Amino acid sequence: MEMYSSVPEFRVDIDRQACRLCKRCIENCSFGALEWRDNKVKAFNDRCVACQRCVSMCPEDAIALRRTPSVMSAHPIWTENARRDVFTQSRTGAILLASTGNELHEQVIFDNLLLDACQVTNPAIDPLREPIELRTYIGRKPRFVELEELGDSLRLNTKLSPALKLEIPIMIAQMSYGAISVEAHEALARAAVMRGTTMGSGEGGLHKKLYPYADHIIVQVASGRFGVHPAYLEAGAAVEIKIGQGAKPGIGGHLPGTKITDEISETRMIPIGADAISPAPHHDIYSIEDLAQLVNALKEATRYKKPVLVKIAAVHNVAAICSGICRAGADAIVIDGFRAGTGATPKVIRDNVGIPVELALASVDQRLREEGIRNETSIIASGTIRNSGDVAKAIALGADAVKIGTAALIALGCTVCKRCYTGKCAWGIATQDPELRSRLDPVEGAQRVSNLLLAWSIELKEILGAAGINSIESLRGNRDRLRGYGLDHTTLEILGVQPAGS
Amino acid sequence: MCSILGIVNENRKRLSAKYIVEGISLMNDRCNGLGGGFAAYGLYPEYKDYYALHILLKDFELKDQVAEMLKDYVNIYKDEEIETRNVERISQDYIPWRFFVDVPERYTSDADNYIIDLAMKINNTGGALVISSGKNMGVFKAIGYPDEVARLYKLENYKAYMWLAHGRYPTNTRGWWGGAHPFSILDYSIVHNGEITSYGTNKRFLESYGYKCSYFTDSEVLAYLWDLLVRRHKLPIELASEVLAPPFWEQIERMPPEKRRIIEALRMTYGPAMVNGPFGIVIANGSGLTGTAGNGTMVGLSDRIKLRPLICARKNGTTFMASEESAIKAVCKNPDNVWAPHAGKPTVAMVNGDV
Ligand code: SF4
Ligand code: SF4
Repeated sequence: MEMYSSVPEFRVDIDRQACRLCKRCIENCSFGALEWRDNKVKAFNDRCVACQRCVSMCPEDAIALRRTPSVMSAHPIWTENARRDVFTQSRTGAILLASTGNELHEQVIFDNLLLDACQVTNPAIDPLREPIELRTYIGRKPRFVELEELGDSLRLNTKLSPALKLEIPIMIAQMSYGAISVEAHEALARAAVMRGTTMGSGEGGLHKKLYPYADHIIVQVASGRFGVHPAYLEAGAAVEIKIGQGAKPGIGGHLPGTKITDEISETRMIPIGADAISPAPHHDIYSIEDLAQLVNALKEATRYKKPVLVKIAAVHNVAAICSGICRAGADAIVIDGFRAGTGATPKVIRDNVGIPVELALASVDQRLREEGIRNETSIIASGTIRNSGDVAKAIALGADAVKIGTAALIALGCTVCKRCYTGKCAWGIATQDPELRSRLDPVEGAQRVSNLLLAWSIELKEILGAAGINSIESLRGNRDRLRGYGLDHTTLEILGVQPAGS
Repeated sequence: MCSILGIVNENRKRLSAKYIVEGISLMNDRCNGLGGGFAAYGLYPEYKDYYALHILLKDFELKDQVAEMLKDYVNIYKDEEIETRNVERISQDYIPWRFFVDVPERYTSDADNYIIDLAMKINNTGGALVISSGKNMGVFKAIGYPDEVARLYKLENYKAYMWLAHGRYPTNTRGWWGGAHPFSILDYSIVHNGEITSYGTNKRFLESYGYKCSYFTDSEVLAYLWDLLVRRHKLPIELASEVLAPPFWEQIERMPPEKRRIIEALRMTYGPAMVNGPFGIVIANGSGLTGTAGNGTMVGLSDRIKLRPLICARKNGTTFMASEESAIKAVCKNPDNVWAPHAGKPTVAMVNGDV
């Protein structure tokens, strides 16, 4: 029974006059939406995901993608999407898979926060004329510095914990080899080196090609322990334990066997063709003391030379959990908000579980301060960082740095078509298909991601200069320089921010 | 915009208030009459072993209440109203009172922190404000131009070897007695010209070390930061200054390795204590550097790109630090030398000899 659920979401319009029948669009469509029939390009609209690949490849600008005008009668609650999902599930009897981040909640608190600037009483600083510093150290900081006088000179008696030195407070998030291509991985790693920051290996180990950049890579240890071995831990700039991620809190991962190619098999250290399953919990972490043991084991394994980070999804009780993680010895905590992206997640989890990163970040920062342990760990916020304004606001709320995932992929060419889980990414990012992968040039991609980071850094300096601040540490946790606009009283209270005008 | 002036005699010669008042009054165009104040060191030689608490009381009834509270914590040796006279433009919003107290035997090992806690408790009651709490020193402040405040408090009756003065032009918070400078905690007092753009960061950093900010003004954090760095964490003055106005990373990278390690450690640890935004400050300390009890210091410091003026001069063992050279010249016609300190580098004047 075919119901009207199959009304396609998009329509490929081909200008027949302009088309010179070169078939390029057909070659480029990895979703099989275009075929050669009767001496012309025929579109199968129901397969189109609006990834824009054909549009950008057509030499004659002959293609336009349109959203299909709705044929359903409107209903405020039974939206088209709601109906579409029910139709699909009544056909398949399966979990709905989704990619990228939460689509259900449109309000982004960052957009309701306003930054401050100097006028009259205080000079704004011109970043073109005066230095403005963005350097950030991620890791545990001592509570005080102890010096000893030795004759004329002073000796430093405080031992500093290992820290990550970042030239910009923006890091590239954890995305695994397997979920994305080795070309994408390499592009991100090169960009991290170019801008003096780090990228994450993700949970799928590190391809041989990536080792030269490893001093700018945070290697991840997740519940599947894929690709974790001494040389891997040794190579990274830091180690990150993944407990959860914002797009699927409490849910494990599943990379189907069909994607386990020989290279991925080698990197992940699992047989070719075997499903790579990351269990929902770490089966050696059922409680906070177990986490402390893993943190210590990893510190021991890396001879106390590398910071150990712990990443969790922002869930309801995030402040108390982070206090526990801090006391378990984590040098930094990554808080991944409920809008964070992913390659594949059950849609119902993506859209309904977790809390916004702004609120999680604010309450964690406040909680750690109240307990007098804020200096013992760094806080990294991720999941929703779309521009330098979001970066500045996250830092003012209390983050030491932020991580970007989707934004970095968009810089590589991702159009947010939300079909990563199909493995058919037309831009060579979320795919292992050699032909598709060859579309992404790691060197060119790295330049684009590096450009993005550079542009944001310049903008951050403008934001700081306007606020009369010449170093990022004076914005950190400086909620006085934020005002809320259109936020309710309780939200403002949690954010620790005054309403605009007050 | 505000005016600041500090005068210190390194031989502990006590100077009358005349100089500090004349000097600061010359800069009246830098303030608007919404706050003036003075700190004086060497004020009470006959009570030098007692903490002198200068407390502003909202009304007379509060005096007994505060005295009761004090009695629970300390021994009151003597208390009296701080004498004032009527000054036309100043409305007497507060009654200033002084208490000479000492700390019970069993707390003497940690007496300083004990006094700070007590001061924060009193400030929290509402209506009473401890404006200074050091030994042999005191703060006098109110709403008015500095010369009016000097007349209000009959400063002509006092002598001190170290004086600070401030004329306020409030820009970020309302004018009130408590918001006038100097801000003082134990033996430290500070006068500040500028606006702290890192206030929120500094305030929250201080809170995690137990300080409570209760004066609704950014300058307050400077006094607490100095107390934390110099008294509690025992940093030498030069390094405490490097925390408030740190060198740029680029400069740090060019330092010799040993120095570099220290400055890096300071910046990493005390990043949230960095004071951003334009400032010129003068900090007076009656008890001097750690381990050299009995000596005092006066420190002048500007922000690291010097967005506020600071000028220094010396004559016969007396050092002057001021917003404007004219203020110094008004009270010292021919100084031996006059200099403008480098951005972010402290000028330190030391006081010799015992009390
Ligand atoms: S790429 Fe453009 S010109 Fe070529 S066949 Fe497709 S629509 Fe026609
Ligand atoms: S990575 Fe590729 S498949 Fe995933 S959303 Fe972006 S363009 Fe689509």
